[in-house]
Amino acid sequence: MTLLTVQNLTVRRGECPVVDAASFTVKPGECVGLIGPNGAGKTSLLRGTLGLLPHEGNSSLAALLPKQRAAQAAWLPQTREIAWPMSVERIVALGRLPYLARGARLSRADQSAVDAALTRMGLQNFRARLATALSGGEQARVLIARTLAQDTPLLMADEPIAGLDPAAQIATLQVFETLAQEGRAVLTSLHDLSLAARFCTRLIMIGAGRIIADGPPRDVLTPNRLAEIFRLKAEVLDTSQGLVVQPWGVIS
Amino acid sequence: MKLFGALMAVTGVMFIASLHVGYAAISLPEGVAALFGRGNPLYVTVMQEIRLPRTLLAAMVGVSLGLSGAAMQGYLRNPLAEPGLIGVSGSAALGAVVALQTGFAAMFLLALPVAALACAALAVGLILFLAGPRGSSLTLILAGIAVSAFAAALTSLTLNLSPNPYAASEIMFWMMGSVGNRAMSHVWLAFPIMALGWVALAGLGRGLDALTLGEDAAEALGVSLPRLRLQLLLGTAAAVGAATAVAGAVGFVGLVVPHILRRFAKGRPSTLLWASALGGAAMVLAADLATRLILPERDLKLGVVMALIGAPLFLHLIYKTRREIA
Repeated sequence: MTLLTVQNLTVRRGECPVVDAASFTVKPGECVGLIGPNGAGKTSLLRGTLGLLPHEGNSSLAALLPKQRAAQAAWLPQTREIAWPMSVERIVALGRLPYLARGARLSRADQSAVDAALTRMGLQNFRARLATALSGGEQARVLIARTLAQDTPLLMADEPIAGLDPAAQIATLQVFETLAQEGRAVLTSLHDLSLAARFCTRLIMIGAGRIIADGPPRDVLTPNRLAEIFRLKAEVLDTSQGLVVQPWGVIS
Repeated sequence: MKLFGALMAVTGVMFIASLHVGYAAISLPEGVAALFGRGNPLYVTVMQEIRLPRTLLAAMVGVSLGLSGAAMQGYLRNPLAEPGLIGVSGSAALGAVVALQTGFAAMFLLALPVAALACAALAVGLILFLAGPRGSSLTLILAGIAVSAFAAALTSLTLNLSPNPYAASEIMFWMMGSVGNRAMSHVWLAFPIMALGWVALAGLGRGLDALTLGEDAAEALGVSLPRLRLQLLLGTAAAVGAATAVAGAVGFVGLVVPHILRRFAKGRPSTLLWASALGGAAMVLAADLATRLILPERDLKLGVVMALIGAPLFLHLIYKTRREIA
């Protein structure tokens, strides 16, 4: 069984393909990290997969009706936007929108999904605070909680931990790890290679729109690929705490 | 629910006050009887043919402007947005001005509002064509600005070419906006069109709530943005086009009312929609009452009073919220 199947997905910006014939699958229990340098096409790949960008090729999510898709996959965009001064709880409850009938109030099941999401992100004490009055990192956690409240088999996130403090970064990735262990799946783009190696069950590396490598972190993160794709002089160290990528220079 | 009760109460009081206040002193019981066609025939005429259409139109115009203002702000995620932004009110005004200028307005009772509505419909078509079926909110604003500017220029040209000062001043007075001297036939012309607009706008709640998180997140929550945009555009055009057609240009309602009520609606765009509809009705009714109470003999115009109330209120709000904004 797979939660997501992508075949030959190509996304063009003008004539130039920013995602070039990408194919991959995501299965329950996987936490897949999408890594690649700036401009490699991570965001376009994720948005194309969801059907939010015009594309060629197939994606099982893009083929769904918007409402079905919302029950299948939650999406955390890179731009964090909270337009109006609403309470944290109300923002998180927006994740329940796909399941609500027009004009209906939150059911008890909806409320418990919201509570669970707030608890997972450690936001119980922020519940009544205005989301717009929080710091950037706290807002990011609120928005992650919103996607968790959507309670979907698949969670897709675009750089979810950018701007979070180190503890919150690790806590967030631990939440993703737990989701995967519970039989869901996560597909997330990440910039921190060491964290990606430690918390993801699988990594997909992309460079210039193409999938360069797809597999367990240990197989994907080789010094050669880091040099070729990321232009990094880096060592990949096997420590007692897992894999650590130690960059020490830039290839000019 | 508390908010709903409070707004209903304020609107209700304003509605009754608007029926009660006027040149002829009619007591409340006499007025109620006259509304239903009983009692002094003169009072019956005053209540049924002068005060009732005026009050109904004020409330309807208020609902239209408040509702479309809240919807527009929610869609653009900008508290400075207002229904006039998409050029419908400017175009409706142009239609009315041309009708006044050419003498078409004098040909039959509803000639002026019909011309205004036709022009508003034309503007919506033009905006839809300019912004494209899948365009972003930015292209919509730009198309709206272009259409507004063009309509304003044509309105000025019409004034410029008007044959005599009397015609020009008639146009000027019409443009200041008013719900006075209107008949029930104005209500019957505007109501069905406005009601269609209200239904379209009231259905936007979910989508606007989701848009709080941005266009991408809203789409992934199952909201169809092209549909939402079309519904917003047609709804606003119907509501505001009809309002301008029967009452002229009344500004500030769509801007100020959602702004005042946002805090009480706890920021939620869907709650703000109906709250602004009621609040808009209350505000226009209050402003129309003010035109009758302050200088009853001088025929103060609704749009003028609205701006006189609205602008200081807006300044006060800015003053109060500047710390939150900074």
